[in-house]
Amino acid sequence: MKVAYWPGCVSRGFTPELHGSMAAVAPKLDLELVELDRANCCGAGVIAEHNQELVDTLNARTFALAQATGASMMNICSTCQGAQSECQQRLDADPDYREMINSHLEPEGLRYERARGDWKNKNLLWMLVEDIGLDRLREKVVRPLEGLRVAPFYGCYIVRPTGRLGYDEFPQRDFYLDFVIEALGATAVEFAGSHKCCGFPVITMAKTTSLRQAGRHLADAIDAGADCLVTPCPLCHLNLDLQQPDAEKFVERELGIPVLHLPQMVGLALGLEPKELGMDKHVVKTRDVQRKVAELAAA
Amino acid sequence: MSDFALKVRRYDPESGEPAYWEDMSIELEPERSVLDAILKYKADTDNSLAIRCSCQAAICGSCGVRINGQSRLACNTQLGEASEELRAHDGTIVVEPMGNMPVLKDLIVDMDAVHWKKVQRVVPWLLPEGDPPEREYIVPAESMIDITQSMACIQCGACVSACLSMEADPEFIGPAALAKAYRFVGDPRDSQTEERLRDLAEDPHGIYDCTHCFACIEVCPKDVAPMSQIMRLRRRAIGDYGIKDSNNGYGHEKAFVDLVEKYGTLHEAQLLPKSFGQGSLIRSQIDPDSLKQLAGSFPTVIAGLKSGKVNPIKAIWHKKLADQKQVKRIYNEVESRGERIELNLYIVGEDPSDNEGEGAQEPAGGDRAGADAEAGKSEEGAIQ
Repeated sequence: MKVAYWPGCVSRGFTPELHGSMAAVAPKLDLELVELDRANCCGAGVIAEHNQELVDTLNARTFALAQATGASMMNICSTCQGAQSECQQRLDADPDYREMINSHLEPEGLRYERARGDWKNKNLLWMLVEDIGLDRLREKVVRPLEGLRVAPFYGCYIVRPTGRLGYDEFPQRDFYLDFVIEALGATAVEFAGSHKCCGFPVITMAKTTSLRQAGRHLADAIDAGADCLVTPCPLCHLNLDLQQPDAEKFVERELGIPVLHLPQMVGLALGLEPKELGMDKHVVKTRDVQRKVAELAAA
Repeated sequence: MSDFALKVRRYDPESGEPAYWEDMSIELEPERSVLDAILKYKADTDNSLAIRCSCQAAICGSCGVRINGQSRLACNTQLGEASEELRAHDGTIVVEPMGNMPVLKDLIVDMDAVHWKKVQRVVPWLLPEGDPPEREYIVPAESMIDITQSMACIQCGACVSACLSMEADPEFIGPAALAKAYRFVGDPRDSQTEERLRDLAEDPHGIYDCTHCFACIEVCPKDVAPMSQIMRLRRRAIGDYGIKDSNNGYGHEKAFVDLVEKYGTLHEAQLLPKSFGQGSLIRSQIDPDSLKQLAGSFPTVIAGLKSGKVNPIKAIWHKKLADQKQVKRIYNEVESRGERIELNLYIVGEDPSDNEGEGAQEPAGGDRAGADAEAGKSEEGAIQ
């Protein structure tokens, strides 16, 4: 399946292991990635806060570039998904507004057409369940992650608000990460923080609020017996992994639980090695997860 | 009629006993509400069960509770739907008091201690200039449209209950009170717009303490979208008044927006120092406050470098997007307009027609919103 692939800024910046693991796992999933290397930042909610017309134009540009490939768009970042869905909702809601936004794209020869039916912008998580399918995913598993206890961490932007994230059509989207974990043979761990906020958006403005959130969710996952977390959002990953040593101070306890990117977990079950998936590039070491996986391979 | 299983969180501080779950089985039609079920149990079985309610029609905002973990009005939630939700384990409807507020008894929380106190904090009344006029204030209808969404609030507290920033920082002013603040910031009769914005921007628990999690938008029964009102407060504080707060709110937005303009994608390594320096990289390295914050993030930077996650060369030398000049052009076109255009779907509604170019509508913008609201489109088509 060919997809217009939007990796986002963070996967090519501070979480290069996400970009690399997606590239490694794509052939295993029969995904042909046509990377949108001319596309711009989604704004991550910040440009929307600054100027709505600007953020709608920037994302209409990305959609237009994706539509020009003739394929649907796929992203690997909950934040991109949410920020772009917000713009798409406005663009699709009002033809005059859409024309006005399109007028900014004209000099570049681009145009965003209202998405009908089959053109969609989907996070990898949604693609796995809705387009690849859990049954096909199960068939592809060569190393079932049996015994691995994984705590799902969705990221706000992919679960709220349901009204603009396609929940009318797909009401189970806020359970997909649990479904995928189970399909790969691992155990999905239920914990309080799975659908809460990692705190990343206010890390520079309200550090206590931010790292108390990250720290509590990590602690809840540990207390629920998880070996690791998994997230479809690299911004959540930054607050939960990169900031984890700092977060310990805000919840006054030791943490030390690895946080995997979604394609890393999928890749492990599909037979890729931890190193190919960049699992050595985490702040919180993933060796316990790697050891468990190595034992599985031996068994 | 069907039998519905409810699991209700009960607590009576006067009993000296800890909180406990009570299982109930209630026979009612599936289209009846969770509130109906609780009132039936109260009437038939145990009159001591406490819940606040009045209108039973989603207008008064009294019966806010958490149902299957989601903050909502008990009168506005049907038994059949609630029992079929995936979150209702085995069809059991779980009912708890709202979050972020102390429980007084069973399903009743202390709204005074949290919600109303926070609403008071934002000075929720008009502060007009000069002596009051002899008769009413005359305001053009279109100038009030921007705040109609925040005026729709029924003070039920569902957003306060769901707020994830408040869960981490109980002092956060919160979604309901900040939406109320926007109701006055956006009111053309108010004379204290800048002072209000400065106050909420400078408060460490103010507009920059919102973690942008959409929980309030999701739960609001009236589509007030409190988080969107908080973003409007930020937009006005920074865009209209250039308020340089001490929480880095101004710096973060300026840094982010400028970096995307300059590079096309986000230059993450510069975001932090530029945020600390009110948008300026130079200032970030000479300003004592900024230097202190930079030093504070030093261990995290080192951890990032050590893990191999952050490549120092790539971090410092961020490649411009191939088409960065197109991004720059878009910025110029939009920002040179001198006014911000905003399409608020709560006010204009979504166009139900599937055909491009259909419908005789005015160009988007402030006037457009006015025309549609006058045409009575404001409520019916509302979505958020």
